[in-house]
Amino acid sequence: MTSWSLIIYCGLITFLTRFSMIALLKKEMFNDRVREVLSYVPSAIFPAIIFPAIFLDNSGVLDIENNPKVIAAIIATIIGVLSKNILATIFSGLISYWMLIFLFNF
Amino acid sequence: MNNKLKIFVKGIIDVSPLMIPVVPFGIIFGVLAIDMGLTPYSTMAMSIIIFGGASQIIFLQLFSAGASSLVILSSVGAVNSRHLLYGAVLSEHLSGLRLTWKIIVSYFLVDQAFIISNDYLKKSKDENKHFHLLGSGFTCWFIWQTTTFLGIILGSIIPAKLGLTFAIPLTFLALLVDDFRKLINVMVIIVSGAVAIFGYQIIPFKAYVIVAALCGLCAAFILTKFIGKKND
Repeated sequence: MTSWSLIIYCGLITFLTRFSMIALLKKEMFNDRVREVLSYVPSAIFPAIIFPAIFLDNSGVLDIENNPKVIAAIIATIIGVLSKNILATIFSGLISYWMLIFLFNF
Repeated sequence: MNNKLKIFVKGIIDVSPLMIPVVPFGIIFGVLAIDMGLTPYSTMAMSIIIFGGASQIIFLQLFSAGASSLVILSSVGAVNSRHLLYGAVLSEHLSGLRLTWKIIVSYFLVDQAFIISNDYLKKSKDENKHFHLLGSGFTCWFIWQTTTFLGIILGSIIPAKLGLTFAIPLTFLALLVDDFRKLINVMVIIVSGAVAIFGYQIIPFKAYVIVAALCGLCAAFILTKFIGKKND
């Protein structure tokens, strides 16, 4: 599949998830149980992106020692939990990452 | 001022504070896309056609890692599944609209617009109250397109040495900060993360994303059954 058709299909999927419930729903199709489990979707899918990008090196091998990303991610998590601020989380992580690689030559 | 316009403008004003974090998010997306070798045209097209931050960044991450189309599509679908909930919540307010309006409103239904306009729709009895969602959604759209454009320009200036791809896990991490305080969420995060790390090499087509997400959801299903919401 070319990147263009992939973009269009992804756009369609995104639109359909937004549209389907507005268009089709007749009152309550979701019970509380389904609603409850679905509320965990972010917690279930985002770590699948986060963890490999932090803990694995370029060849996909586990790399925990001497890995500046692990330290930067821990700092970002602490700042994030304390501040509850999306931007503070992203930038504290980026800045500590840059400090580690440029100042301390990690 | 005409009533529809008034509600539309109220939507714009109400959603504005939430636009502050969207600005750097859009720029980060534009910069990353260029950094990863997408053309400016397809980067802009992604923001217009997909119009969803998390979906677009997950697309970039998997596309550049060489994931199969099916994995990319299902991951985008999984990230978007929260919109099903938004639609389900809003449908009672929007059920009277014509199909064309439902299509237009759906395109603009992003997180920030939902959060702000759901509040308004619950309270208002105006027959044109969907113009509030249109106003908030359009604001998000406008900010997202302009910041993507800015990011595209900056992306050709910012050196690759900065390792900006690290912004991807950080962005998703930032979206989870509220969940780190809740026991069940933390356990779901650990299950999904562990499966992703150990499945990365073994599971073909980069499908580790989907496998990990499903394992996480199963964990959520089991944990919520036994622990219940009260312990959160």
